[in-house]
Amino acid sequence: MAHTTAPSAFQNPVIRWVDERLPIFTMLSREYGVFPTPRNFNYLWNFGALAMFMLVAMIVTGIFLAMQYTPNADLAFDSVDRITRDVNYGWMLRTLHSNGSSMFFAVVYIHLFRGMYYGSYKRPRELLWLFGAVIYLLMMATAFLGYTLPWGQMSFWGATVITNFFTALPVIGKAITTWLWGGFAVANPTLNRFFALHYLLPFVIAAVVFLHVWALHVTGSNNPLGIEPKSAKDTVPFHPYYTSKDMFGLSIFLIIYAVIVFFIPDYLGDPDNYIKANPLLTPVSIEPEWYFLPFYAILRSVPDKLAGVSLMFGAVVMLFLMPWLDTSKVRSAKFRPWYQWCFWFFVLDTLLLGLVGSQHPEGIWILLGRVGTIYYFGFFLILLPLLGWFEKTLPLPASISESVLGGYLSNSKIAAKAMEKA
Amino acid sequence: MVDATHQGTGLSAGHGDAEGGQSRREFLYLAGGALGAVASAGIAWTLVDSMNPAADTLALSTIDVNLAPIAEGMGIVTMWQGKPVFVRHRTAQEIAEAENVKLSDLTDPATDQSRVKKPQWLVLIGICTHLGCIPLGNKPSDDRGAWGGYHCPCHGSEYDTSGRVRRGPAPLNLAVPPYNFTSDTVVRVG
Repeated sequence: MAHTTAPSAFQNPVIRWVDERLPIFTMLSREYGVFPTPRNFNYLWNFGALAMFMLVAMIVTGIFLAMQYTPNADLAFDSVDRITRDVNYGWMLRTLHSNGSSMFFAVVYIHLFRGMYYGSYKRPRELLWLFGAVIYLLMMATAFLGYTLPWGQMSFWGATVITNFFTALPVIGKAITTWLWGGFAVANPTLNRFFALHYLLPFVIAAVVFLHVWALHVTGSNNPLGIEPKSAKDTVPFHPYYTSKDMFGLSIFLIIYAVIVFFIPDYLGDPDNYIKANPLLTPVSIEPEWYFLPFYAILRSVPDKLAGVSLMFGAVVMLFLMPWLDTSKVRSAKFRPWYQWCFWFFVLDTLLLGLVGSQHPEGIWILLGRVGTIYYFGFFLILLPLLGWFEKTLPLPASISESVLGGYLSNSKIAAKAMEKA
Repeated sequence: MVDATHQGTGLSAGHGDAEGGQSRREFLYLAGGALGAVASAGIAWTLVDSMNPAADTLALSTIDVNLAPIAEGMGIVTMWQGKPVFVRHRTAQEIAEAENVKLSDLTDPATDQSRVKKPQWLVLIGICTHLGCIPLGNKPSDDRGAWGGYHCPCHGSEYDTSGRVRRGPAPLNLAVPPYNFTSDTVVRVG
């Protein structure tokens, strides 16, 4: 059978030679060059690209930190100190990486709320959303494992508290926890495996990100109006329109990231983590990093161990169920007057839970934690299903171009004229 | 499988009965698959079990604690198998409080007698049964909680002078490790 190479549209002979054998340049051009993208993105659509940037930044800084770090319970704390004081630019790599996790979560939270507001999880993008939720779950695991590595007091006791979640499981809980530890308490075997897994998981995340982006390129992007592009007038090519918009967003983001890294590198950290891990002394207050605080508040809102741990995991499960809990056919909150209120209350609710998580569980904070937890679950399990039935949505525009261009291009006569001029 | 029989007829013709060749192929297919599954499960188990405590971690070590320097009302923390162990010299009042509790008042009912070998010495694994923090209360100056035993700073569980949980999210009493008295002033844990 005679094989013929597929003809390539590229002129450069080297690119052409490669492309005819593996059409990678054709694929890049199709998916990132001419890829038709809704013309009405706002700046909230920058955050997927920013998250991608942060994943790469974390992997790169992480690999270079791993070259200097020692995953041994006796040596880890001092090796981190050595990175900060003695290794060339070690202080910078370390603060880029430690604050990078906060930046990564901040970007992903905005990305996630964006998806919730504009209904990006709805048909046909359910699978795309599920991959996103898996990425978020993997990020939480990776961040927790990484926080253990400096082997400070907060590292050690954070690891102890989190791994003890599994003791809440009936019958097998104790065995699972012992298995996770490789001993009878968090100790050297635990640190060893946490380092190995912390190095592994980012590459798993990268693989799921690939699936996430693949699914995105099958369905196409959602947009602020939540209606599908109907014609070429509704879209613009990804390059140069959104490559340049993403670069602008990235520049602003990098300024904020740099200010944190170079001026307030310890602002988001816990001072207790500058004390070496001591298995015989629990710090007065154990508090997770800010990005886990809402879940911590949900955990503490019930005085029962199994119920608390189940609710906390349930809070993440809600994200996975969201495409099927929301019964409304309209995607964008712009056209859903009631959902809009529920959504903003939900955002406030997560902020409130974050605040509650940072306080000692006493007095008014216990009550606020419970109210916040009830609204968190009520939003997913009661409001989302019911709104689809009772909410009167606003009329949707006929097309993206009609809505954003005031009907200018949708008037075919003028459009034709414009074409003639060009 | 019906389609496969049609395809296989020509091939197995040379080996005699087509039906026999088919059943032999099915047998090999099933046996191979089953062996493969067993082998995969076996390999998976070696990987999973490699993460369980290693022999050196498991080696049951014992520690001897000298009780002589522990004054009445004081407690000490020592380490056994990587876990903190509390040894507390209880006062007569603390013993009386621990013994005079109604079992119906307890989250995890247990008599004080079942938790100590000599009433004045309380030996416990010092790990809160909620999420593994180390409760405070060995030093009389610590916050010992409303029942005078131990108080966990993480999520507010409180234990009485027998180490039984009385309030808070902890579901169980502080565990009692295996121990015995080798003399009047030495206790061996493990």
